[in-house]
Amino acid sequence: MYNPGEEQKKEYQDYVKQVTPTHSLWKNMAKAFLTGGIICVIGQGIMNYAQTLGLDREAAGAWTSIVLVLLSVLLTGFNIYPGIAKFGGAGALVPITGFANSVAAPAIEFQKEGQVFGIGCKIFTIAGPVILYGVFTSWVLGVIYWVMKGMGVV
Amino acid sequence: MNQIRGKQSIEFENPPRIISGASVVGKKEGEGPLGHLFDLVNEDPMFGEDSWEKAESTMQKEAAKLAVRKAKLEEWQIRYAFSGDLLGQLIATSFGLKEMQLPVFGLYGACSTMGEALQLGSMTVNAGYADYVLCMASSHFGSAEKQFRYPLEYASQRPLSATWTVTGCGAFVLGRKGGHVKISGITTGKIIDYGVKDSLNMGACMAPSAADTIYQNFMDFDRGPQDYDKIITGDLGSIGKEILIRLLKDQGYDISGQHTDCGLEIYDAKTQDTHSGGSGCGCSAVTLGAYILDQLAEGNWNRVLFVPTGALLSTVSFNEGQSIPGIAHAAVLERI
Repeated sequence: MYNPGEEQKKEYQDYVKQVTPTHSLWKNMAKAFLTGGIICVIGQGIMNYAQTLGLDREAAGAWTSIVLVLLSVLLTGFNIYPGIAKFGGAGALVPITGFANSVAAPAIEFQKEGQVFGIGCKIFTIAGPVILYGVFTSWVLGVIYWVMKGMGVV
Repeated sequence: MNQIRGKQSIEFENPPRIISGASVVGKKEGEGPLGHLFDLVNEDPMFGEDSWEKAESTMQKEAAKLAVRKAKLEEWQIRYAFSGDLLGQLIATSFGLKEMQLPVFGLYGACSTMGEALQLGSMTVNAGYADYVLCMASSHFGSAEKQFRYPLEYASQRPLSATWTVTGCGAFVLGRKGGHVKISGITTGKIIDYGVKDSLNMGACMAPSAADTIYQNFMDFDRGPQDYDKIITGDLGSIGKEILIRLLKDQGYDISGQHTDCGLEIYDAKTQDTHSGGSGCGCSAVTLGAYILDQLAEGNWNRVLFVPTGALLSTVSFNEGQSIPGIAHAAVLERI
């Protein structure tokens, strides 16, 4: 009965798209804005506090990242962070806290497979591509900057 | 008597009986609408072990022993075990059944494994190759997520079409005498591919295969929807159900009155946040053990078409851009 040709497949896939419900984009964007905003406000709070302790702007910024990462890893360990991301979506994933979660989660999950083949090999399964292509992109931009500098454009 | 029916079916001359069924599940399943019907609900997702994979093996062991005990048999009387799970190289089955020292066939049919096990088991008993066989299938939310998706603590948003892998194992002893339900026939499914690539919409991947197997069952046995009290698919979820009904309507069969899906029965989507429904080998297996067999035994239904459905993918095929074909195996269950 069902040995579909390309046309039938296409038709079916279009039909599937029709009947599959999706999250409301606007609602999700609002939630992401709220969640991401709150994380940034917390970051700003940490930064301001660090500056009142006499750190300069750069050192305060570094401390802010460290504290946010620590908080995220702790929340991941207590299994609270996934709930935040379920609500906030990209608002919870894009800030540095989301990155920390993506490193901590595989470390917890693959711990049973050992320090080397478990944690060692698997810890960057999710964050790895971000690190690789992040570094690569900065290298490409560096080359462009160097060429433009050589030509006297910048 | 010629037992071959149509293209893909068998009508058994000596219909094997389901003598006993055992269902072991996790906490979330225990809190669902069928919660009070399961034989064993374990509040500990690790089942006393230290990894998800070992937890699933333990679940298989408990379900197997319980099914044999409920059939009032000794383990040595089981001639063959047909069992499967979702993990790579079937480790839940291998490590779950190794202590029982039974002759074992390890099966992989994705989430349709319960149907595959029942089919092979009933063929074996019908043919007289065994007095008793054990058929079982399991899945575990933790081990499945770890293998197919993300680590559990990873923060992500599940789409509304996603299903929730059931933590559970169903085990059944088939034999010639006893019990209240017989397997009168089977229809074995083909691999059906409509080119869907979304692994988080498995209902859409599997619905065409369910439609194909059900349609073939109607053809082979010269039956229609009205000949069944219920037609129960494995884990299509709410989206897959809608598609299945539409696909069969296009072929001239309206099964909306008879159809239900184990994935929709096992969880309350509104309160349990499971989105499209339950999935996994365990989904149809434990629903059969806890709910379907009881309904048949109590006489509420007389004839049921039980159709576990599977989505055939691995992380490798998915990453390499392959589509996700489906498969569905049907067993005709009748009250004796």
